[in-house]
Amino acid sequence: MSELKSGSNLEKVLKAGYFAFTGECGPPKGANVAILKEKFQYLKGNVDAVNVTDNQTAVVRMSSLAASRLMVEEGLEPNFQMVCRDRNRLAMMSDILGAHALGIRNMLCLSGDHQSFGNHPQAKNVHDIDSMQLIALVKKMRDQGKFLNDEVIDVAPKMFVGAACNPFADPYEFRVHRLANKITAGADFIQTQCIFNMDRFRDFMKKVVDMGLDKRCHILAGVTPMKNAGMANFMKKFVPGMDIPDDLINRLKGVDKKNQSEEGICFALEQIEEFKQMQGVAGVHLMAIEWEHKVPEIAQRAKVLPRPVV
Amino acid sequence: MIVADRKPIQEILAMIKADKKILILGCKGCVTVCNVGGVKESEILASTLKIARKQQGNDIDIDVRVLERQCDNEYVAQIKDIVNDYESVVSLACGVGPQFLSEMYRGKKFYPGVNTTFFGGAVQHGIWEERCAGCGTCSIHDFGGFCPIARCAKSLLHGPCGGSSKGICEVNPDTICVWDAIVTKKMEAGEIEDLMGVKGFKDWRTSRDGGPRRSIREELIQGNI
Repeated sequence: MSELKSGSNLEKVLKAGYFAFTGECGPPKGANVAILKEKFQYLKGNVDAVNVTDNQTAVVRMSSLAASRLMVEEGLEPNFQMVCRDRNRLAMMSDILGAHALGIRNMLCLSGDHQSFGNHPQAKNVHDIDSMQLIALVKKMRDQGKFLNDEVIDVAPKMFVGAACNPFADPYEFRVHRLANKITAGADFIQTQCIFNMDRFRDFMKKVVDMGLDKRCHILAGVTPMKNAGMANFMKKFVPGMDIPDDLINRLKGVDKKNQSEEGICFALEQIEEFKQMQGVAGVHLMAIEWEHKVPEIAQRAKVLPRPVV
Repeated sequence: MIVADRKPIQEILAMIKADKKILILGCKGCVTVCNVGGVKESEILASTLKIARKQQGNDIDIDVRVLERQCDNEYVAQIKDIVNDYESVVSLACGVGPQFLSEMYRGKKFYPGVNTTFFGGAVQHGIWEERCAGCGTCSIHDFGGFCPIARCAKSLLHGPCGGSSKGICEVNPDTICVWDAIVTKKMEAGEIEDLMGVKGFKDWRTSRDGGPRRSIREELIQGNI
């Protein structure tokens, strides 16, 4: 890892050995640039890069590519998310080239939530290739300077390649192997699903470290502060692949309703403290869902500021 | 086999609303096996339509015939002497039937009486499940005997997505996560390595993406077999 792969800020921060801190920003359900720019202000300077979600939960929003470019223009570094649900290999390669041309240097390769959960459940899905192959595709374009068909690319796109990992979905025993496969396919960094079950995540990271995966890839632990007990209950019941222990729900319920968001933030801060010490964890990915304005406070209280300039 | 579902009776009534004399044409192939378009179902549909039309004060004459198959012109030709006796024909075969019929009898109207759904089989009496997507490049053996193209909602080739929970697919609580089944089988057999590495990018030309497909068997064309 002597040479930079994309030269993104996130890559530099991780390569220099800093504890990375990334954020997330969902584009609006409209072409509202003003609201997007307002969200940017909460993130700017408080995180190393910002994930720009790609029609998350299969709900139509401003394109992640366009929103990523708007972010570049505002002096933030995007982590451009791309899902396999909406694009075939032609559209993917085309958008990867376009992303590089627009100054985007990080990508997160995802399968994508199934369209039946979104606001156009009648839609046809694509799934021409899957997330594992998307990782391999971005790596090939970057390292070999070739398209999938082996034609040479005129100016190869340089991306720092990210992938997701959900240690809380089933079958649990396979999850670490799936992670290993993503790293072999070409993932430079991993962002995990939101972690709430710390016991399970500790066990998972032990497996990761035992297999030496943390030496081959930067692993960022996913943190989502709970706004209240209702949100925790909802996620437990309705969001597939989420593991929300009753302990956490009871902890939130145990305080006055008006103090539940503070309790949620306290839990997130405790998690971040533990992740800073946890072997194999290279940073935190903070997913403050529709709560971007809380990011400055959380970053401050998590003592991850100022962000390193590399 | 090809599995089909009944169409709502109101939909069929709307199709034939202008007709006074129709033929219901069943099929002894797959739709008989999946209890949607055989002799029994054809007769039940005829009775149901007659009663409904009688209630509307608009009686209809309905005859029933059931062909050996509707995906073979040899059998489709068997109604050539009677087809003109009817204003329209409701075919209870899969989607192939109304098309073979329309191609042979150009002036006639053929309505699909069923919704053709998938290639699958009966997992218990009265329940059929999809097993094959007809992608044209079978590699079931690479996945422990399961097809993730047909049976994973995202056609994933490298393991279960984050929505796999307790062996069930997040998209439908009645559907197993096929990747859970594949992984469990491979882990039990100590063959987890088979699932590692990046699989070759699928060539979808053999599937519908290559355009409508033809299957050519030269030896049969030449009459050698």
